[in-house]
Amino acid sequence: MAEIVLDKVTKRYPDGALAVSDVDITIADGEFIILVGPSGCGKSTTLNMIAGLEDITTGELRIDGQRVNERAPKDRDIAMVFQSYALYPHMSVRENMAFPLRLAKVDKDTVTKKVEEAARILDLGQHLDRKPGNLSGGQRQRVAMGRAIVRDPKAFLMDEPLSNLDAKLRVQMRTSVSKLQRRLGTTTVYVTHDQTEAMTLGDRVVVMRGGLVQQIGSPQFLYEQPKNLFVAGFIGSPSMNFVPGSLENGQLSTPLGAFPLTDRIRSLVESANAPREVVVGLRPEHFEDAALLDDSAKASGGAFTATVDVLESMGSDKFAYFTVDGDTATSAELDELAADLGSTDSSDSGSQLVTRLSAASAAAEGASLEVWFDSDKIQIFDPQDGRNLTLES
Amino acid sequence: MAVIGATSGTGAKARWAVLDVIVVVYALVPVLWIVSLSFKTKETIADGNFIPRSWTLQNYKDIFTTNEFLRALFNSIGIALIATAIAVVLGTMAAYAIARLDFPGKQALVGVSLLIAMFPQVSLVSPLFEMERSLGLFDTWPGLILPYITFALPLAIYTLSAFFREIPWELEKAAKMDGATPAQAFRRVIAPLAAPGVFTTAILVFIFCWNDFLFAISLTSTEASRTVPAALSFFTGSSQFEDPTGTISAAAVVITIPIILFVLFFQRRIVAGLTSGAVKG
Repeated sequence: MAEIVLDKVTKRYPDGALAVSDVDITIADGEFIILVGPSGCGKSTTLNMIAGLEDITTGELRIDGQRVNERAPKDRDIAMVFQSYALYPHMSVRENMAFPLRLAKVDKDTVTKKVEEAARILDLGQHLDRKPGNLSGGQRQRVAMGRAIVRDPKAFLMDEPLSNLDAKLRVQMRTSVSKLQRRLGTTTVYVTHDQTEAMTLGDRVVVMRGGLVQQIGSPQFLYEQPKNLFVAGFIGSPSMNFVPGSLENGQLSTPLGAFPLTDRIRSLVESANAPREVVVGLRPEHFEDAALLDDSAKASGGAFTATVDVLESMGSDKFAYFTVDGDTATSAELDELAADLGSTDSSDSGSQLVTRLSAASAAAEGASLEVWFDSDKIQIFDPQDGRNLTLES
Repeated sequence: MAVIGATSGTGAKARWAVLDVIVVVYALVPVLWIVSLSFKTKETIADGNFIPRSWTLQNYKDIFTTNEFLRALFNSIGIALIATAIAVVLGTMAAYAIARLDFPGKQALVGVSLLIAMFPQVSLVSPLFEMERSLGLFDTWPGLILPYITFALPLAIYTLSAFFREIPWELEKAAKMDGATPAQAFRRVIAPLAAPGVFTTAILVFIFCWNDFLFAISLTSTEASRTVPAALSFFTGSSQFEDPTGTISAAAVVITIPIILFVLFFQRRIVAGLTSGAVKG
């Protein structure tokens, strides 16, 4: 168990490409930290640098206070779980898990004991003598975890360990990974591009973009206080809605109509020195079917009427999708988020909105619906640099 | 037997059986003919019968009583095994570097080895003859082993680098993370997985060396290094006017045996799909 410190760690490839730039992260002993971001954001490179599989160009990596930049992976005492599992196909499950111990010249009885203990924790007992080729995806994943935990390393590094599993198994394994980490209390660095995994697993989440750390914080903090447009759009599922807006005399005009800013937001925006043209962000759960609210509740927000394009009933909630006429919010960060999701078709007919309504809502596809939103929960961003103008400092 | 899609059923099976028999017969008739010839007596050798009317082992006795054939067999086995071993070891190292590393001149190396493989061997025989005579390598084992290695290496490098590319790169990273030195990672993870490729290459290289006639006839002059394919051409009958067909046939049958043994021995180790299960599937 160990504290891992990345001190201005930078990775520049020989061809000049900057993969990771000045990353400063202090990972506390026993902490479960998630590196998350779209593909190419440098999260895997950062993990490989901690592992020692890639050199650090500048900066310092310290494990337990000792500089380890120059140490080979085998001398860092950290274990890694690969996306592809990377099991040794010519060895049985038992041999796979025993491999790190045998390399460390641990005596036979201890090896047997440790492998069996790990197999028990991971429920692999009856598969110990099978070859990886005869195991299911979930079992292989557990063998890969087993190989990491047998030798009690200082830290676990996990590179998208669940992304090859099917959706149901992934949710199940997510819980197991979380339980396992709590039980072992080993410092863990986990890389994923899936923001749901990031939200559910981590003590803290590091959001990366283009080799730069965007924000570090607890999942809830990132969700409620995103530092910029990128974090706001990346964290949350369904993601935050963005519409353009203009501020004038404490009024915010948006395609959803004009409404006054609440006192809290007005003072935040004023102290942040906001420009006139802004991007307004609204979380799906801050909308509600206006028909379900009484007048006093409705008074504390804005409302608009639009046609429901698509309605998804999840049982507990209803997701209603709308197209709102008017301009769409534009910024470099939003374009990048859209590109990452593969939705390059920027609709020119208006902004797309996702709203989460109560299951009691009578909303129907193709029908018009009056929707209320909580104007005190909006977030306002500067479209130029993407910074959040409504951050509580 | 392969049954493709909708063509299943007894009719289709029969058609496949007929086709298989035709292919097998086509491939084996010349071999069986040689075997048949080797068992015929001198009197019946030209009678044109596929099954000998009178059987004899005299041809086999003849070749094994002459020192000439035994010595050639010994040369063949020795030269082919040494050339194979060296070519496979060098080829493994070169192929691993080509598959895994990015180094300056990599494309040039691959290109040159391809060039050697395409070079017509017959155009090299005269210069090699002169060079080996002046270096004192003519009519020695190294005199044959060296050209064999040269021409077998491109083959070895190509086959092996294809196998190395199949091995997931992450296995080596995983071994490093598990605490292995690069040498341990190669020996305990990469080498066992590359074994089928190494054995396949060994078989191909061995067959190439074993069957070579051109270099064997051009770069040897005595029993000191003459291999079986060359020695066969020096066989004579008991008199000048006698046709040595019987003994040549017997010798031809005998020299196919090591090849068959070699293939059977290594075939058990060529298990296709050994890497299955390493990564997601």
